[in-house]
Amino acid sequence: MAAPVSNSVRPDPALVALHRFGLGARPGDELGKIAADPRGYLRAELKQQDIALISPDDPRNAGLLDSTAAIQASMAAAMERKAARDEKAAATMQPMAADDPAGPANAKAKPAVPRVGADIYRDEAQARFDKALAAAPGFVERLVGFWSNHFCVSVAKAPVVRASAGAFEREAIRPFVLGRFADMLLAVEHHPAMLFYLDNQQSIGPDSRAGKRRGRGLNENLAREILELHTLGVGSGYAQTDVTSFAAMLTGWTMAGREGRLGEPGSFVFNANAHQPGKAALLGKTYPDGGMGQAEAALNDVARHPATARHIATKLARHFIADDPPPEAVARLASVFTKTDGDLRSIALTLIDMPEAWSTPLTKLRSPLDYVVALRRAVGATAGNEPQRSLRWLSVLGEPLWQSPGPNGFSDSTDAWASAEGLKTRLDIAWQAAKQADDIGDPDEMLASLIGASVSAETRQAISRAESKQQGLALLLMAPEFQRR
Amino acid sequence: MSLLCETPTLSRRAMLMTGGALFAWAYLPRFARAADKRDPRLIVIVLRGALDGLSTVGPVGDADYAGLHGDIALSLSGANPALPLDGFFAVNPAMPVFARLFKAGQAAVVHAAATGYRDRSHFDGQDVLESGLPGPGNPTTGWLNRGLASLPAGERVAKLGGLAVGPSTPLVIRGAAPVLGWAPQALPTPGDALAERVLDLYNHRDPILAAALQKGLDADRMAMGDQLDGKTMKPKGGLDNAVGMRQSAQGAARLMAADDGPRIAALAFDGWDTHVNEGGATGRLANLLGGLDGAFEEFEKGLGARWKDTAVVAITEFGRTARINGTVGTDHGTGTVVLLAGGAIKGGRVIADWPGLKPAQLYEGRDLAPTSDVRAVLKGLLADQFGLSAAVLGDKVFPDSAGVKPMRDLVA
Repeated sequence: MAAPVSNSVRPDPALVALHRFGLGARPGDELGKIAADPRGYLRAELKQQDIALISPDDPRNAGLLDSTAAIQASMAAAMERKAARDEKAAATMQPMAADDPAGPANAKAKPAVPRVGADIYRDEAQARFDKALAAAPGFVERLVGFWSNHFCVSVAKAPVVRASAGAFEREAIRPFVLGRFADMLLAVEHHPAMLFYLDNQQSIGPDSRAGKRRGRGLNENLAREILELHTLGVGSGYAQTDVTSFAAMLTGWTMAGREGRLGEPGSFVFNANAHQPGKAALLGKTYPDGGMGQAEAALNDVARHPATARHIATKLARHFIADDPPPEAVARLASVFTKTDGDLRSIALTLIDMPEAWSTPLTKLRSPLDYVVALRRAVGATAGNEPQRSLRWLSVLGEPLWQSPGPNGFSDSTDAWASAEGLKTRLDIAWQAAKQADDIGDPDEMLASLIGASVSAETRQAISRAESKQQGLALLLMAPEFQRR
Repeated sequence: MSLLCETPTLSRRAMLMTGGALFAWAYLPRFARAADKRDPRLIVIVLRGALDGLSTVGPVGDADYAGLHGDIALSLSGANPALPLDGFFAVNPAMPVFARLFKAGQAAVVHAAATGYRDRSHFDGQDVLESGLPGPGNPTTGWLNRGLASLPAGERVAKLGGLAVGPSTPLVIRGAAPVLGWAPQALPTPGDALAERVLDLYNHRDPILAAALQKGLDADRMAMGDQLDGKTMKPKGGLDNAVGMRQSAQGAARLMAADDGPRIAALAFDGWDTHVNEGGATGRLANLLGGLDGAFEEFEKGLGARWKDTAVVAITEFGRTARINGTVGTDHGTGTVVLLAGGAIKGGRVIADWPGLKPAQLYEGRDLAPTSDVRAVLKGLLADQFGLSAAVLGDKVFPDSAGVKPMRDLVA
């Protein structure tokens, strides 16, 4: 893909900090000051204590539930709904339609029980948007987004995932985005949201006690995606036998059910009764049976495998530099990953220091999530700052929050998002956002404070000639300088 | 050289191979018949997540099928009997439209089919399926777009370009040939004034965004009609449910039925990765198949008189294990089905060189063994509908695939 005209020269360092690494400028940001020391500006954010966490101490986050509580609430709501359905069915003596939540039949017969899962999802989305709107410049939030997409779950999978997807990100992603990769990996694969999303909660060792009794067996979904997507990467040399063997190691990793037979309902448990007994091999190494420790040992090994370092380095460089990242940049990131045993703070600092990050033109298109957040930041947090509208925008743009179409997450390539339908939808959204803005002020001044000195003459002219403030703001939100990063 | 599979025998494979070679010289594209005012259309539906071919079109006549596919196997008896296609295969009862089209000679199945890809990664599998390349890599263009780009410049189909349905463009139709984009959704739209100003700015500063936005605006105008004014079109996210599938087909059919509308379209439906509680005649897979069936129906209705020249093909990256897994679902496999529908299809046939389901007949002891190449089917369609030569198909459209001969006689 040819580079857009506007970005064919060395990019403005302020825009590199704010667009390539961050979530975009907010009115009042001093672009000149940022341009004077853009690397220092980025490093300063990394130094803030617990910068990646959504703090439960903040009163605005007081209502957020941990994943166990969220899943319990979802289970209780499901029971209530079922009771209400049974009652209604008994009353009308009519058979219910198939269990299709999207089906019109169910919509009509919606019971009067609060939809707890949807409420939790909305509150989590609100907390995430609040955090993204306040961040400066938002490099850490971009890292959270990167890892959340790398280790994606989908709320469309089941009510349990809908209720716990936000908590999953707060519990398994955020604490580790500036920590160790292996720690994040272990937290992710232990988390009920992931175990549920990739079906491991039902996978049973065929020779385990439960397997023999119930005649059920392996589900290899989680094992395969860990190797293919989370760690080594596809084509890195593992075979079908590795997948099957790793799936056997992971049997017993599950979530305690509603009855609480295995533990606190909704929490992670290791169910030894379902664990496939015996040793197992992965990538030529044999792991003696050690219950839960068997798969943990394997995870720790694949976390520091050279293929994992290359896989992660390539994805990070693609995300932060270019769709076709410079090979030297990938090699440097992989080598830091290996040398530091996957220390993600070192990786983040390496990204900031890469010459390629400051010389490569800003040719990537902002993903829908980054675009919606950048737009909210630009227009001001007060305008329609309730999550429903942002969530709806993300859906129509094709990147619904925590709902990727597959376990490989959303695309990170410009080609995927620079679609005809996508651009047309951005235009609709820019117009809607401009109409909702409380107090636009002077669009020319907004342009100066959001894009700064490197803006093209054409963009400047288009905005200054706009027929209304709303139109001027919408043009600013559609400008190539605002779309590209 | 009918490959109709009623009583599968070992000789069918031999027939397929000699048949292709023998008839290659005598091939005459339907395309050449310009005098009869044929106006062919091709719609490609990519089913992402790996469709269980054995639960879509079940080999109910194979004695080993029910044992392997367990509780989710299709059956001709019971509360939800499968709909028989011939004496051997039956289609999932969630697909009555497909069964009706099949009976009317307007739908066909190619069974035990796979691309050349033999590992079991969704994403590599989809890349291979959609790019048409012999193996995974980082493809940026799809076979459908390259097919479009291979048509003579100025030729009508080439001039009208392709149509991509959904918020992002499926890889299969990405590439140099022009592609419109459209998705079923409804947001309040700004006036033309803003659109023109943004376009003007893009034309000066960012030609890539300009081209994309222009196409998006064009498609939107074309699709806006009395039925698609936002009242009947509910806002939608991903195309992974029955309502979304039907809506997207409805809109695509409307765009394609227009005299100056695109003749080639790609849609991608998600959600076929049924590892757990897949269901058989009812349940999760059946719900999705009902959505696909609804899409066939909307294309038939919406294309009206154009349906007779239309071919719809539904393809997926690979199949699923023949044996159900430990959680009443199926894991990633190999052989699966290609579904064909449309007035242009020479239907009423299940085309298969049936490999059998005995343990030794399964691919790597677990999957339906592939005996047909999905690329052969796609090449056959491109050849019959648009007259692309085997040489172009084997080189430009599906690189390094000269050994995979186009499947003949898919189009009536």
